[in-house]
Amino acid sequence: MIIGIPKESLATETRVAATPKSVAQLLKLGYGVQIESGAGEKAAFPDEAYTAAGAEIVTRELAWSAPIVAKINAPTDDEIALAQEGATLISLIAAPRSPELLEKLAARKLTVLAMDSVPRISRAQSLDVISSMANIGGYRAVIEAAHEFGSFFTGQVTAAGKVPPAHVFVSGTGVAGLAAIGTARSLGAIVKATDIRAETAEQVESMGAEFVAVESGESQQSSDGYAKEATEDYAAAAARMYARQVPEQDIIITTAQIPGRPAPRLISAEMVATMKPGSVIVDMAASSGGNVEGSVADEVVTTANGVKIIGYSDLPGRLPTQASQLFATNIVNLMKLITTGKDGQLTLDLEDVVQRGMLVAQAGEVTFPPPAVSVSAAPAAAPAAAEVAAKPEKKPTDPRLLYAGAAVIALLALALFWVSPSSLLGHFMVLMLSVVIGFYVIGNVSHSLHTPLMSVTNAISGIIVVGCLVGLTFFDKSAGFNLSNILILVLSAAGILLASINVFGGFTVTGRMLKMFRKEG
Amino acid sequence: MSVSLVNGSYIIAGLLFILALAGLSKHETSRRGNILGAIGMGVALVFVILGVIFGTQENLGGGVALVTQQAAPAWAIAVIIAALAIGAILGVLKARSVEMTGMPELIALFHSFVGLAAVLVGWVTYFEMAAAGSFDGLHCGELFVGVFIGAVTFTGSIIAYLKLSAKISSKPLMLPAHNVLNLGAIVVFLLLTVLFVLYPEGGLGLLLLVAVTVLALLLGLHLVASIGGGDMPVVISMLNSYSGWAAAASGFTLDNNLLIITGALVGSSGAYLSFIMCKAMNRDFISVIAGGFGSDGAVKGEEKDYGEHREISAAEAADALIHAGSVVITPGYGMAVAQAQNAVADLTAKLRAKGVNVRFGIHPVAGRLPGHMNVLLAEAKVPYDIVLEMDEINDDLADTDIVLVIGANDTVNPAAAEDPGSPIAGMPVLEVWKADQVIVFKRSMATGYAGVQNPLFFKENAAMLFGDAKERVEDIIKAF
Repeated sequence: MIIGIPKESLATETRVAATPKSVAQLLKLGYGVQIESGAGEKAAFPDEAYTAAGAEIVTRELAWSAPIVAKINAPTDDEIALAQEGATLISLIAAPRSPELLEKLAARKLTVLAMDSVPRISRAQSLDVISSMANIGGYRAVIEAAHEFGSFFTGQVTAAGKVPPAHVFVSGTGVAGLAAIGTARSLGAIVKATDIRAETAEQVESMGAEFVAVESGESQQSSDGYAKEATEDYAAAAARMYARQVPEQDIIITTAQIPGRPAPRLISAEMVATMKPGSVIVDMAASSGGNVEGSVADEVVTTANGVKIIGYSDLPGRLPTQASQLFATNIVNLMKLITTGKDGQLTLDLEDVVQRGMLVAQAGEVTFPPPAVSVSAAPAAAPAAAEVAAKPEKKPTDPRLLYAGAAVIALLALALFWVSPSSLLGHFMVLMLSVVIGFYVIGNVSHSLHTPLMSVTNAISGIIVVGCLVGLTFFDKSAGFNLSNILILVLSAAGILLASINVFGGFTVTGRMLKMFRKEG
Repeated sequence: MSVSLVNGSYIIAGLLFILALAGLSKHETSRRGNILGAIGMGVALVFVILGVIFGTQENLGGGVALVTQQAAPAWAIAVIIAALAIGAILGVLKARSVEMTGMPELIALFHSFVGLAAVLVGWVTYFEMAAAGSFDGLHCGELFVGVFIGAVTFTGSIIAYLKLSAKISSKPLMLPAHNVLNLGAIVVFLLLTVLFVLYPEGGLGLLLLVAVTVLALLLGLHLVASIGGGDMPVVISMLNSYSGWAAAASGFTLDNNLLIITGALVGSSGAYLSFIMCKAMNRDFISVIAGGFGSDGAVKGEEKDYGEHREISAAEAADALIHAGSVVITPGYGMAVAQAQNAVADLTAKLRAKGVNVRFGIHPVAGRLPGHMNVLLAEAKVPYDIVLEMDEINDDLADTDIVLVIGANDTVNPAAAEDPGSPIAGMPVLEVWKADQVIVFKRSMATGYAGVQNPLFFKENAAMLFGDAKERVEDIIKAF
């Protein structure tokens, strides 16, 4: 089957849904790839690079006429009209917010896989564009802030005076927030972060930032990996925390989003007014209502007290090459999932929660929303795990049975000893003690020494040569070379020969092996 | 020469042997352990030979000495020296020339020598008793046991040797009712022992001795023939244990404490080692020793559709390796077969020079001998501190970029962990499929020793690199 990659029609879009690298991977899955001329231009992928990777450069109409079309943004009405009936479309859809779009797509009988409806389960991470784009967005948010910010991020002591480090506050510690923390930390800033999900504190600390908790005694544990709206009580406590933190910060980056709803208002105009002039706020949620009062989507607003509020909504698109690469890889991973035969034939498995979750329209029907999926890390999974662990437990033996068994064995042994001659018992004692020593001495043997140990015990068991030597002395001189004496002689000599091969060979080969073991340096 | 001097040398030798085994359990002391063992053997041999040459007397006090052993005639001494010298030359030559990959076969062969020697000791003792005309029931019983264990060890080790050197098929031999056969042989042996203790003299005694030898030879044959190649590490250490018990039984016959001590040391340490192996494979110790693991034969799910595997070229693999941050190599018997250890060591050194964190993950039963892989990697001069055990590396595999599976199959089979119906279910395995990418070096899609298909090869993140492991690894090095 052919995958068509049209050029994005949105004027501000810089990304493209396939890169030369992803084209090669798609070809390997058995697909053909047709790319609209100029599709990768803004992301620094010229047509020639695609051709070199094995794709075909085609017109807009041809790219849209492919049985599978992959792009970044949701299609416009014109584009839907261009697509073939029954074709498969892969793109961002924003399904919860665009019911009319879903109707139109269904009306055109398109099979639509929404890249932004990937369930948040670990298996699906490789195709989750929200995560991969959020990662880029978080990075870029810090870079944009640094661009507008008038000072260093890192503290320095220079001949021209001491520079204090910048204080950065990250609100919302999803993928974007964590990426922002990492970037700000690597630039040298002192970073604090907060999130309504107290469980993320560990991740924040792992990135080198300090977690600031909201003291309301209430925390969310989400079952789908996304945050939900907070209660009023919590909101009041959060506002108190922000009022305390905001004036101290040089840079604030807010990333709080709730799927399908307006972004929560975290920072009021009054709080912004308490910040130092020259401070910068990046509101990554500006396009869905904004976390910060006064932010405007896609613009930089300067407040009366000289605080800049950045509301860019195209942060990932500002790193077009990287963003295209990650987006394209997410699409490749999706294709791997739905191309089970690696033969260029697309097969959807609706039993699979990932595929079912992404499928928002099929055969004239809107199939959104899908049945609920729970993230495995949620507490609901715990009892099931405990059950599994409990099952293979072996029943311990009744100690009374053990004692009884030991007593029986002891009595039997006593009876046996009673009838045994004392010389046998002497030997028996030697045997038993040696057995115990043997067990203990090699109890802690390092696994890598098993072979040398075995070959040395093999050499030592060549001690049987002593038995053969002693046997030779049974030769009865008075009888001369009769049959019995000849047998004794021949058999003993053979035994000595065999056993001495063991003795000498065994020690030599062990020494050879041990010489090879070396530690580095 | 005083007999006390000879017995004293036994004490010294016994202690040195214990120190040798103790030394061998740690890398730092292992070489010293080997040397102490050799010294112990030397001490024992020198005094025993001196005793044979000059005879031994026990000093009863007051200038009276009891001759416990006559001095041997000169020709006997010549025979001893000749036999020792020939044995020493053969042993050292073989030990010097053996390839490290041929180690399992060599050790199996050596075990058979001990077994045969124990049989010979038993027979010699019998002829001595017959010549002297004095049969002692106790010693007859001990002699019988010694011959039995020795003969089982002998044929068992020969079969193991043949299987390991691929001179015969390593498939388990499945006679009907093999457990009954084994058990029956033991019952017959007990009956024969009782008869022999009662009637050791004359033709009947000789006949019984021949009968028990043949019986034990057949039992050893059957025991090991019915154990599959995959269980060979256990079999080898089990035979090691048997050879010890055979020596101990000879010690009882000859009233020789050194043989008892040494035999028991070897016997118990070998048994313990087999026990460790069995635990590592999650197998029942008794059922492996009794032979015929996996005798149920029918491998479940053979017709199951696993999907298709993917292939990768050496050049692609090289590219992936250069860009990886961490690589874990899990070798198996296939690496030994292809003699690929030097190429693998070379690859490791090159990758480490490029800053890639390369480590090895060794499954406890990888190869055909406990610790087989460690010996091969040591031969190729891979530093042993990057060679880790399964338990040490399993938790890290999820954070590993690339795992190279070189000639391993059953030890990396996810079915052991995921499919309760699999014949290897519950066996701890290297969880390589958790890594980002797995590259499997393999000759073909054939199954491993357990005869079980490996779902790893069909996983999304796994790719096959077909061909001779050594050549493929060299191709990767060339592609850097």
